[in-house]
Amino acid sequence: MANQSTDPKLSEIETVKLRLSELLLGTSLDWSEFRSQTRVICPAAELLKCLKAFKAVGFDQLTDLTAVDLLEYGNVNDRFEVVYCLLNVDSGLRLIAKTYLNEPDLTIPSATSVWFGADWPEREVYDMFGILFAGHPNFKRLLLPDEFQSFPLRKDYPVKGRGERHNFPVITRAES
Amino acid sequence: MATQINKQLGDNIFLTKLDAAASWARANSLWPMPFATACCGIELMSTAASKHDLSRFGSEVMRFSPRQCDLMIVAGRVVMKMLPVLQRIWLQMPEPKWCISMGACACTGGVFDTYAVVQGVDRFMPVDVYVPGCPPRPEQLIRSIIDLQEKIQSGGTINAREFKLRILPEGPARFDEDELVRIRERNGFKLEDQKYDPVH
Amino acid sequence: MPLELLDSPDLDANKREGLWTLNFGPQHPATHTTLRLVLQLDGEMVMDAEPDIGFLHSGFEKLGEVLDFNQYVTIVDRMNYISPMANEIAWHHAVETLLGIELTPRCKYIRTIFAELMRLHDHLLCLGTCVLDLGGATAFMYAFNERETIYEICERASGQRFHTSYTRVGGLLYDVTDDWVAMVKDFVRKFPKVYRDFSGLVMKNRIFVERTRDVGILSREEAIAGGATGPVARASGVARDLRRDEPYLAYDDFDFDVCASQGGDCYARFQVRMMEMLESIKIIEQAIDKLPQGPIFAADTGKAGMPDKKEVYRSIEGLIHHFESIMPNRQMQAPKESVYAATESPNGELGYYIVGDGSFRAYRARTRPPSLMHFALFSKLIRGCMLSDVVAVLGSINIIAAELDR
Repeated sequence: MANQSTDPKLSEIETVKLRLSELLLGTSLDWSEFRSQTRVICPAAELLKCLKAFKAVGFDQLTDLTAVDLLEYGNVNDRFEVVYCLLNVDSGLRLIAKTYLNEPDLTIPSATSVWFGADWPEREVYDMFGILFAGHPNFKRLLLPDEFQSFPLRKDYPVKGRGERHNFPVITRAES
Repeated sequence: MATQINKQLGDNIFLTKLDAAASWARANSLWPMPFATACCGIELMSTAASKHDLSRFGSEVMRFSPRQCDLMIVAGRVVMKMLPVLQRIWLQMPEPKWCISMGACACTGGVFDTYAVVQGVDRFMPVDVYVPGCPPRPEQLIRSIIDLQEKIQSGGTINAREFKLRILPEGPARFDEDELVRIRERNGFKLEDQKYDPVH
Repeated sequence: MPLELLDSPDLDANKREGLWTLNFGPQHPATHTTLRLVLQLDGEMVMDAEPDIGFLHSGFEKLGEVLDFNQYVTIVDRMNYISPMANEIAWHHAVETLLGIELTPRCKYIRTIFAELMRLHDHLLCLGTCVLDLGGATAFMYAFNERETIYEICERASGQRFHTSYTRVGGLLYDVTDDWVAMVKDFVRKFPKVYRDFSGLVMKNRIFVERTRDVGILSREEAIAGGATGPVARASGVARDLRRDEPYLAYDDFDFDVCASQGGDCYARFQVRMMEMLESIKIIEQAIDKLPQGPIFAADTGKAGMPDKKEVYRSIEGLIHHFESIMPNRQMQAPKESVYAATESPNGELGYYIVGDGSFRAYRARTRPPSLMHFALFSKLIRGCMLSDVVAVLGSINIIAAELDR
């Protein structure tokens, strides 16, 4: 397992935090750590500013973009958590940035202007959770058919679906 | 059962000999249309590779064009988005044609009892031989080809009459229509917005 | 769902005059699975390609919320079905990071050996099927024959050729036997000859080289910004390999090189894969020679690790331990935190973002599929190439539809 608690990595993350607090004056970032992974919580209203700052500080690869529905998690105030896993390719430093969203306003700015690789993961998050990304170049469903009505990975959608998988015409041998 | 049907349809000796000859020829030259979606597709490729050679049984070429095949092997899970494609390809295949449903996912949905996976292609398409396994070993697939060959030879006719008798859907009982209507109403889902009919 | 024409957003109406649309449909002759490309062609030149995916979306992530950490490994297997055990190793690596479990040396070595065997498995198939698509069926047969030997090794260890579900939280399903060790040593001895045959058929074959050189070039900046990892990124000059940069399992103990190239074209990607096969054999050789003895499960994993079967059947403590590890509501509790842990799977960086919720099930089990990022780059790679290059480029980025769609 990765042992990242050696000194060089710690000071790297401290320099990153310092530079970010310079670039993002006035934005409160919530830092935490678990199993030597650094997480930061950004407010949703200033998300694009934060992401641009992360890129400026050196996180040039967006490894993953995903969301979590916190409906059944207990002890939380928000419904959706959008997670950005970032990587600095040259130094190998990782960061997990999170932001929280609530209904009814499920729109956040798209990260495609910062990393163009965010394109498909954002479409998938829309497909699965119904979170809208403003400013996305080609915004439609990715994995499910376009006429699918629900957002499956939400906690109020059952695993077996609501009958969509049975809703097809039957072909018998005689007519084919 | 297939031989009883033949007897009912009238068997003068010439026709049955012709049927037997045609069935023998068809059974020993089944060209598969590999509808390989997922992991079973890899086992299908392994069956066609040199260790367990499928072409010994007549499946010399795996043609990817439905117009040139007579056996469709549905290998792998079929999801909602893929099922109309599968049905369209089945309809494009010329007669006589057979279908092998390979793997647990194609037979019954397999491990994936989720919103997206069709719980068995036989709900929506006619299937002749089922192969269980996840994935089935190449030897199991070869066994299923041999079973299909026996099925063709014991009941095949030269003008494919035996297929016209299968007028009922052979899969599990259709999803309860009333339940479907109730689910749709509860979710505000209108049927008129969806128009898809693969047959016409 | 009618398969209608998708309008590509990049081309405006003027440029679209004179272009014709070709649907490289979900069922296509290339031996790459169910994906659909809508190509806009100007004669033979591809002007634009719009991918349409989702033809194998089976709800994996929803299942991750229903099954517990040990049950989900059966499902995770079915994602990258070309190298199944690589997914299991990645999944349990992420789970063990969340739960904070340390593995025994023997378990780490066996998992490393399997990870490298799966790397060989994947690269052999990628190269074999790509050469088959480009017209050379012989190399396909050679590749599959070698893969059969690896299948036998997996079967000896776990009982299944494929989809082994071999790893467990904190250890493995069964320990390996001496004849398995002998099989692996035998394989290591015989592989270099197969490699020489295969590379002689493929890498210096004039047709293959001409069809893959300078086709589908990916620049270093595009690879980084687009999220490319693994052989695709390394062939464009991003010399990053998680086995060296964030060592996990037993990779610290071995001496191997990271293979990269500057070319960025299809031939470079294939070259990187061929070189990685040689490095994998080096690692397997070192690992099987130094395989430590000892237990598979650490003695102090508490409820997470499974006890030895002899103990379960012969002592009451073993039985209780087994009961506590298996029965729902009694298992180990994951902390209410989230982790992102990645391993170097043969296709790239396969990561899992797991959110724990105090029980032995994931609250959210997100897979970070390398194929998703690579396929999104496809429309950039194919601009200006010919129609027949579509197959070469698709093969070189090694899209696996089940990982792409989950």
